[in-house]
This record gives sequence, C-alpha cells and structure tokens, in this order.
Amino acid sequence: MVNLTIDGKQIAVAEGTTIMEAAAMLDITIPKLCYLKEINEIGACRVCVIEVEGMDRVVTSCNHLVEDGMVVMTNSPKVRDVRKTNVQLILSEHNSNCPTCIRNGNCSLQDLADHMGLLSVPYKTSYEEGFTDTEFPIIRDSSKCIKCMRCVSFCDKVQGLEVWDVINTGYRTTVGVKDNKEMAEANCSMCGQCVTHCPVGALTVRRDIKDVYDALHNPDIITVVQVAPAVRAGFADALGVDGEELTQGQMVTGLKQLGFDYVFDTNFTADLTIMEEGSELIHKLTHRDEYAWPMFTSCCPGWVRFMKSEYPEMVDQLSTAKSPQQMFGAVAKTYFAEKIGVDPSRLHVISVMPCSAKKYECSVDEVNVVSGVRDVDTVLITREMLQIMKMDNIDLANLEESEFDSPLGEGTGAAVIFGASGGVMEAALRSAYFLLKGENIDPDAFKEVRGFTERRELEANVDGTVVRCAAVSSLGEARELIEDIKAGKVTYDFVEVMACPGGCAGGGGQPINDGEERGALRGSRLYQLDRDNKVRYSHENSEVQILYKEYLEKPLSEKSHHLLHTHQKDWVY
Amino acid sequence: MSRLQVKKSDDVQRSVNQMYEVLERRMIAGAVDSCPADFHLGFLKMCHAQTCGKCTSCRIGLKQLQNLLEDVLENRATLKTIDLIKETAANIYQSADCAIGYEAARMVYHGVTECYDEYVKYIEQGGNIDATKIAVPCMADCPANVDIPGYVALMYSGRYEDAVRLIKRDNPFPATCAFVCEHPCERKCRRRMLDTPINIRGIKRAAVDFAKDVPDEPKAEATGKKVAIVGGGPSGMSAAYYLTLMGHDVTIYEEKSKLGGMLRYGIPSYRFPRERLQDDIDAIINLGVKVHRGVRIGKDISLETLRQENDAVYIAIGAQTDKKMGIEGEEAKGVISAVDLLYQIGEEQMPDLTGRNVVVLGGGNVAMDCARSAVRLGAAKVSVVYRRRQQDMPALAAEVEATVAEGVEMITLQVPLKIEQNATGEVIGVRVQPQIISLSDKKGRPSPRNAAKPEEVIPCDTVLVAIGQNIEYKHFETSGIEIKHGAIGALDDGNVPENHGVFAGGDCVTGPATVIRAIEGGKVAAANIDEYLGFHHVLGEEEIEIPVVHLDNKRGCGRVELPEREAHERRTDFEGVELGMTEEELKQESNRCLRCDYYGYGSLRGGRAQKW
Repeated sequence: MVNLTIDGKQIAVAEGTTIMEAAAMLDITIPKLCYLKEINEIGACRVCVIEVEGMDRVVTSCNHLVEDGMVVMTNSPKVRDVRKTNVQLILSEHNSNCPTCIRNGNCSLQDLADHMGLLSVPYKTSYEEGFTDTEFPIIRDSSKCIKCMRCVSFCDKVQGLEVWDVINTGYRTTVGVKDNKEMAEANCSMCGQCVTHCPVGALTVRRDIKDVYDALHNPDIITVVQVAPAVRAGFADALGVDGEELTQGQMVTGLKQLGFDYVFDTNFTADLTIMEEGSELIHKLTHRDEYAWPMFTSCCPGWVRFMKSEYPEMVDQLSTAKSPQQMFGAVAKTYFAEKIGVDPSRLHVISVMPCSAKKYECSVDEVNVVSGVRDVDTVLITREMLQIMKMDNIDLANLEESEFDSPLGEGTGAAVIFGASGGVMEAALRSAYFLLKGENIDPDAFKEVRGFTERRELEANVDGTVVRCAAVSSLGEARELIEDIKAGKVTYDFVEVMACPGGCAGGGGQPINDGEERGALRGSRLYQLDRDNKVRYSHENSEVQILYKEYLEKPLSEKSHHLLHTHQKDWVY
Repeated sequence: MSRLQVKKSDDVQRSVNQMYEVLERRMIAGAVDSCPADFHLGFLKMCHAQTCGKCTSCRIGLKQLQNLLEDVLENRATLKTIDLIKETAANIYQSADCAIGYEAARMVYHGVTECYDEYVKYIEQGGNIDATKIAVPCMADCPANVDIPGYVALMYSGRYEDAVRLIKRDNPFPATCAFVCEHPCERKCRRRMLDTPINIRGIKRAAVDFAKDVPDEPKAEATGKKVAIVGGGPSGMSAAYYLTLMGHDVTIYEEKSKLGGMLRYGIPSYRFPRERLQDDIDAIINLGVKVHRGVRIGKDISLETLRQENDAVYIAIGAQTDKKMGIEGEEAKGVISAVDLLYQIGEEQMPDLTGRNVVVLGGGNVAMDCARSAVRLGAAKVSVVYRRRQQDMPALAAEVEATVAEGVEMITLQVPLKIEQNATGEVIGVRVQPQIISLSDKKGRPSPRNAAKPEEVIPCDTVLVAIGQNIEYKHFETSGIEIKHGAIGALDDGNVPENHGVFAGGDCVTGPATVIRAIEGGKVAAANIDEYLGFHHVLGEEEIEIPVVHLDNKRGCGRVELPEREAHERRTDFEGVELGMTEEELKQESNRCLRCDYYGYGSLRGGRAQKW
C-alpha cells in the first residue's frame, strides 16, 4: 500500500494506482478531458493537472502513479490557473456554437467550462473547418475537434483498424482519416465507437430523422418501426433508471405516440435468425467436409464490413443468414404487406438500432428481396429515437407501458440477448440442441459465453456432436482470434463476433455517457429480460412458428433462402 | 567627453544570446522529425527576425517566402507555388546585400529543391499524412532499435539483469556496445534541450558491469532448417543468435582462428578488453550455435556447397582487406597496413615497435587505434599525418583527444606523396605536400588544396597505413553474387537479388561502418531468413515490465562521463582504458532520462515495442 495525502486527506491505496484514481476514492473529482481509462492515458489535454508538493511544475493526474508520502493538491491556486489557461486554449480552437451542436448538454468540454465558471476566452479564436463525407454514417467535423486523440487510440487499440491518424505537423497537427482518404475508402467498420468516445461533437452519426418525419407525415405511407434488442437497454439509460429496472413498455408507448402505424420488435426476427442460422450450422456440421471452418455469425454489420476489408478470403465462412434487421425488412415487405393487403411500396420500414453500421447495412443492394427497393428504408440509432421523442415533446418520465404490435412483435428471451456479446451464440445453442435432440436444455446451460470483450470458449456437446464455440466483442479481439485460427493455435466450429465492446449493448448508436462504459450494465438488463421472459427458446416463438407455417415452410427452404439469406461475397464493400 | 567606450552587452542582449545557445542545442536535438515545409517556414521566420530591414530582397522577400510556404501548409498552393518559391529564393540569393538575406534564401532554395517531392506530395495529398513523429529520439537513431528508455529505467531501479535482457532483445552484443558503440542514440537525446544528452553508452556499460547471471532467452522449438553464416563477426553472430532463438540450426564459418571479427581483429584490447568480448561471444555460441574456425569460403568450401547443404546462407564477411594508397614506396620495409597490425594484436602476437619512430597515415578511428597501439608496442615517437585539420578528422573527437593524451602528435594538413626509403629498402620518411584548408565541398565540408609551400619529408622508420578497408568479394562475385561499388549488392532487407535463400549484411554490404550497423544487418537478416524459411517467429513474447515513471523535477544536471586510466600509466599496456560508473553515478545519470517513451508522443504511439 502507498500512503499519500490529497487535499489534506490521508489515504492508503494499492501500488500502481494513479493520482486521479486515488482522488476518486476520496470522492475528489479532478476534471479531465482526453483521458479514457487504459485506452487513452496520454496526458494530451493538460486539464487533469494537480500540484504535488516539492515539484516545480504541475503534474497530470491521469498518468502518474501515487508515490509514498506524496502530498497532492487538486485545487490549489496554481492548479486552477493552469487549468483555466489550458481550457481557454482548447476553446480558442473549438467551434463553440453550442446551441446547434449535437452534443449540446452532453459535452465534456461544455461541462468543464461550466464547472470552471469561464466567461470568456482571452485569445484569438480560430478553428479548422471542414467535414468528412456527410453521406457516410460516421461524420467528422473538424471545427469541433479538440485533438484529444481518443478516436485515434480507440480505433488503434480496441478496434485495430487505424482509421484515424494524426496528420500534419506543429500547430497544424490534427486528426484525419488515415492517408487523407475518403471515409468510404478507409476500411472503417462504421462501429461508431469513435463517436461514443468523442468528448465533444466532432464525431457524429449521420442524422436521418427528416426521412422519418417525411414518412410519418405522408398520408399514403404506412410506417412500420422495429426496435433492436439493445435499444431498450439504451432507452433505460435515458430515463435515468438504475440497475436492471426495465422500461421496454414505456419505450413502446413512446414510439406509438410518435405516430408509427405499427410498432414491432426486432426480437421477432432475432428468433427467426436463430432458426435459420442454427439450421445452417447444423447443416454444415453434418456436412463438415464441404465447408471451411469455423462458421462466423453475420448479424453485426460492423463485423461483416471488417471481415470483408481485412479477411476477404474468409468471407464465405460468414453465415449466409441476414441480420435480424434485414430479415425484418424482408418479412415486413412480403409476408406482412400481403397480410394487411398493402402494396410493399406503401410501407416505410424504420428500424431503431443501437448501431451506426446498420445505416450502411440497409443500403446494401444485395440484401434486399427486390433489387433497388429497400427492405429497411430508414435506420435511426438509439440517440435519434430519443432525439425525435424530445422533438415531439414526449414526456419520457410519465409514459405508461404498452405491448408491441402483432404479428411481428413477439420475441423470446433468446432473442433479447442478441444485444449482448455471446447472446447470439447462446440463443443458437439453445435451439440447436432442440433441433438435434428434440428436447429442450436448461436455458442457462451455455451461460459461460456471457461476458464482455474477452474471448470466451465453450465446447457444447449437443447429443454427441461437439460444437467448439467462441465469442468475442471488439474488432481487435476478432483479429486476434482470426490470427490464432490462421496460425493453427485454435480450432472452432462456431464463432460469434460483435464489433462493439460488449456487443450491441455498447453499440455506437447508444446514448453517450462520457467516461462511463455502460455496455455491461445494459447487457445485464437484457439478461434480466431473458430471465423474465416466459419463453426462452427461439424455436418456441409462436409468431415465428406461424410465419413458417403460413409462408416460409421451414428453415432453409427455398423461400427462406430467397428472403432471409444473402450471398456475402456479392456485397459491394 | 570620452571619445571611445568599451563595448558591453546589456541584459537584453545577454538574454537573446543565451537563447541562441539553447536554440543551437535544440536544433541538434530535434529538427528532423517534422515536415520539411513546416521546418523551412520556421527557419525563415527565425532568419527574418535577424534582418536589419534595410534591403528589399531580405525585408520583403523573406516575408513573401513565408507567405508562400504558408500557402503550401494551409493547402492553398498549387505546383506552381513551389516554382515561385524557388524562383523567389533564387533571386533573393542573387541580390540580398548581406549573408542574413542571401544565406537564408540559399538554404530555402536548396531545401525546397532537395525536398521537392515532399512538397509535391503535401500539395497532392492535402497535408502531411505521413509526418514522421519521432516519439523516442534515441531509439529512432539506434540502428538496432534498442529500447533505451526501457533499460535506462531498469538500471535506475537496480534491475541490472533485466536491463541486459532487454538490450539483448535487439542487440546480442551488450558488452561490446557498452565499450565501443559510437552511440548515435545520444546525438538527438531530448535531454540536450535542457542541458546535455544522457550518457547512454555509460549506462549500458554499468548494465554489463553490474548484471550478474543473465538468463538465456527461451529457444523456439527446433524447425529442422539449417542456416550457414559466413563470418563470425558482430553481424554474423547477431544473425546466429536470433536464428538460434527461432529454433533454426545455425553454423558459423569463420576464416580466422577466433570469433569476433573486427571486434577482435580491428579493435585493440585497451579499448575493449578481450574477456568482455568473450562474454558476449560465449552467450551467443553457448545457445547451441555450431562454429567452424579456420575455414575460408572460396578456398576450403564453396558458396555453392554451402547453399546446397543449407536452407539459407547469410554472408557477413566484413571489410577485411586494407586499402592501398597508390603512392611510391608503399612496399618499403617498415610499411605496415592497419589491418595487419591489428590482426597481429588480435591474435596476441604483439609486433615489437620498441624505439621506433612511427607515422600513421589516416584520420579515422582505425588510425587512432594504430597510433595508440604503436605507443603501447614501445614506439619512441608516434605521429598521425592527416590531409585536413584535426577537427575534420572522421575519428570521434574523444578518440582523438585520448590519442593526443597518450603522447601522439597530430600533424595535419599534409598529403603523403611518397614513402622515402634507403638503399636497402627501409623506410626513412614520408614525403608530404603541405596543404591549406580551402573551399567547402557540396556538403559544406572544407576541402584542402596544395599550399604554396615546398614539399617536406617527415622522418620515420615505420609507416602504419590506416586509410580504409576493402571487401574481399572475389569468390562471391564468381559465384553469381552481384557486386555494387565494391560491396555485396544486398537489398535493405538483406536479400541478395537473384539468389534465393542468400542474404548478406554488415560491413560487406555497407562498407566499413560501425558495430551497431553490423548488428542491425544481422538482426534484419535473421528476421527475413525466418520469413524466407516459412516461419513467423516473434521474439520477445515474454514481456519485461518496464518501471513506470516516478515524479522528478528534471532540473539541469551535469552529465556523468566515464573516467579513464591516467594516460602515462595506460600507454604502457593493453589493459582496458575506460573505467565504469559507480552505482551512485549510475543512479544520478539514469535519472536524467526524460522518459520520452512515456512523455510526449511516445505515450500515444511509438513508445515501446519489445517484440519484433
């Protein structure tokens, strides 16, 4: 243990603790800006400075460790002066048009200036201007960037894609797309993690709210909205509820108040995905020699893009099953349209997703049932859903609960955990077991695959067939896993990859709580929903069963193939 | 009223002068890691601050050049802008009244001309997208990429064995480099911005002095692949070390009776004691490297045979033969080449120069080695004869200083014309033409030319010729290896074109260079031979934890220099001259490190990589 004094209070902390962490243990908050635990501890913003007795100059608290006998002052006159100057310097290069900024009210720099009581900036103010491609789902606004380098570090260290780079020299040093490429050519997975880890409004996800309003206000159009599993967990954040309290019913009410004609659940097609992908896995396992292994899940478009740009030679190992979002669009514009007797061209399918890459996925021509007609017309991310509710002055705190509409509104516990890393794998194994053995296994039998980013391995024995499974989240982990496979260090049959840490629960479209990683908490909300659900097996989703009976016949049928599967190789990347 | 007063500098001038001094140091420490356009602009701004403002070309011209460079940097320029910059700079150079203007313009003109492609790239790519941001200057300048801040921090923490282990990750010759490395790492040490570079080589010396039992690195599983290495010098042995760790079966073929190459047959033991060399060699060979001594490739065994019997061959034969001067009398009795002299010393068959009057021809480190060896071999008088001035000598200043301290005369600005001999063919002197130092060459190095003085004869009975070495490439040339400018024509990755599985590196590729360059060659070859053999071994998987920074004020503090034995005492024997640091000195010196691996750009990128 190391003994030290911070602001007159004594504390003993473990060796290796940073000064900032030690202060937090005493409930002393040290302002910070560029810091991201373990990912960006680079001391770039110079805001978290503190004074240490005996030191000539102030010290950054984020990347210096406690030392025995250290006497720290976190709020001395010197510290306040230095911090003020540094924040004013940052503001002198920041476009501070806060009212029209997407991060107004949720900006670390704004918050910092507010806390410091800054009323002016004594320096000449000028900022770099320019946007990256505003049609692309991820957009960078140079005028807001404070060069904290979090996006660079996150993409380097967690996602391993190095889309962002430090370019130019001297005072012109800035962040740019690697090699000054266009975003579309930068191998960006569109995971959106750089956006959720940006402390200000420099990185944003493209806004598509206008399309939704246009559809809602067009009397000839019938609007159908689907909501991804993880969105409900993000919605709970916005309501400010703690722990695993559930607010799914309020969310449905909110969507109905917005005026959507049908409010459906992507959980429905998550269950459908399990039926198709699970059957595909079983088919491959029974024809082992005809396929390359392992089979990879394909429901995460960030991961699918990654696979296509980084390992094009392995693209055929992705499951041919479309993602739940796209299966929903396909079913809505065929089966459902027929059911309600409406021409599919009059349907506008909107999905609410925790994910920026879904905006890309719905635009890929090859996923659509009819070429040139989108199965999913508009994708809103969780943050846009909350924004549009705000725009319509919906009082989130006082919403009643209501149920999803039928027939595409039923989802099992197995579907809702799609939103957490390991969930697709777990749901698939629950149903694969049934499909092979004809009886159900304990729904929690495969819970070892639950977790965060780290690789989880499981050997599932399904009626004598051993399925070697692995699940990871984050693209850095994915790359490591693939490299291990290529090096012959590991052998798997079935691998689940989610691009975002913790899976969709930690998705790039989820609410931003700077400095907090809420993926795990949101994931636990989803597991709570699974536990609470009376039905926890995808094959027991009654509406899915009806769909097969009335329309698709059976998993992997010709119709299923036409509607629910895709040729991964054909996707234009 | 007084007519004259003595000049005194006022406080302002003193302050500015002091800043100039700091600027000078600062420029050495870190000018290169920026973009040329950005640097040229900075240079111009500083030059412009010096202008008196009298003349058009300098007052306005330098400003307009700055505007044009700003246009480039702000992406407002076209390719025509570069031409305008060059044209303007050329005209300012032509017409500026004094050096403040014309020298600034000349530098910018040459800078833009030499970096023309970079300017074009900047304009075409809309910025500097691959600016080299040098995170850790010492590592950037170490050919072997040794983790210097890492081992300095380990030394500060008293973890001496770990420090040596860390060095060996990139350089299997820790003792060698502790004694004789030319330490390019120290030149741009960021500490220079504050006072003086840290004594990195001195700290490495402490590491090998203080470390006790350094455990061997783990060896990978045997691959069954055979690699032959031609030459048991630093380059060959470095390759042998890393290839052995990768699990390959390595055999070294050495022509001489002992391993070490130039470390033994080029560097006399007073600079690098033999037992310390043996430490490095043993640590490599004992890993399981096979050695054939006294075998000459091309005589005892052909390259072709080696290629047939092995999966890969690494040629690292060094530069072993002496260069001839091509002057009359070179064959006279008493003329000895540096290579021969140092070879005999390396074989511990000391020539007797008792009472001799020795002249050494040359101004490099080898010349100094010859001169100092001659002193130790009993010579009555030793003089170094060099065509330029003492400050122009390619030898390290410290070497020249130590040589002078041992009583060697430096006779400069003399070009040897002829070796004078008596009737029996013995040397009696060196005829020289006195020189005057004159115009600078293109690189700014002043050249000598004949002075309007008569020829002279420097009387002597022994001449040691140390004007350079050649590479003995005959056999390799006839075996189908391309020879370029008298050296083996290997690529930067060690591959010899048109010869699959044949690699080359070290002096035989670069020409006579430094130990650390030879080690680099061996390391590069090892990595690429491994790839060539179809493997991707990663060395250094087991992480050596580097101590985190501790708070320190980093106030100005003198650099600890390694002491030497007194000159009058050391000049009589071949025992080591240089002494190590005390632990007290080590602690202070290692704490001078500014930890660029942790502070500055190193915390974002490029701070550390133990694996390769």
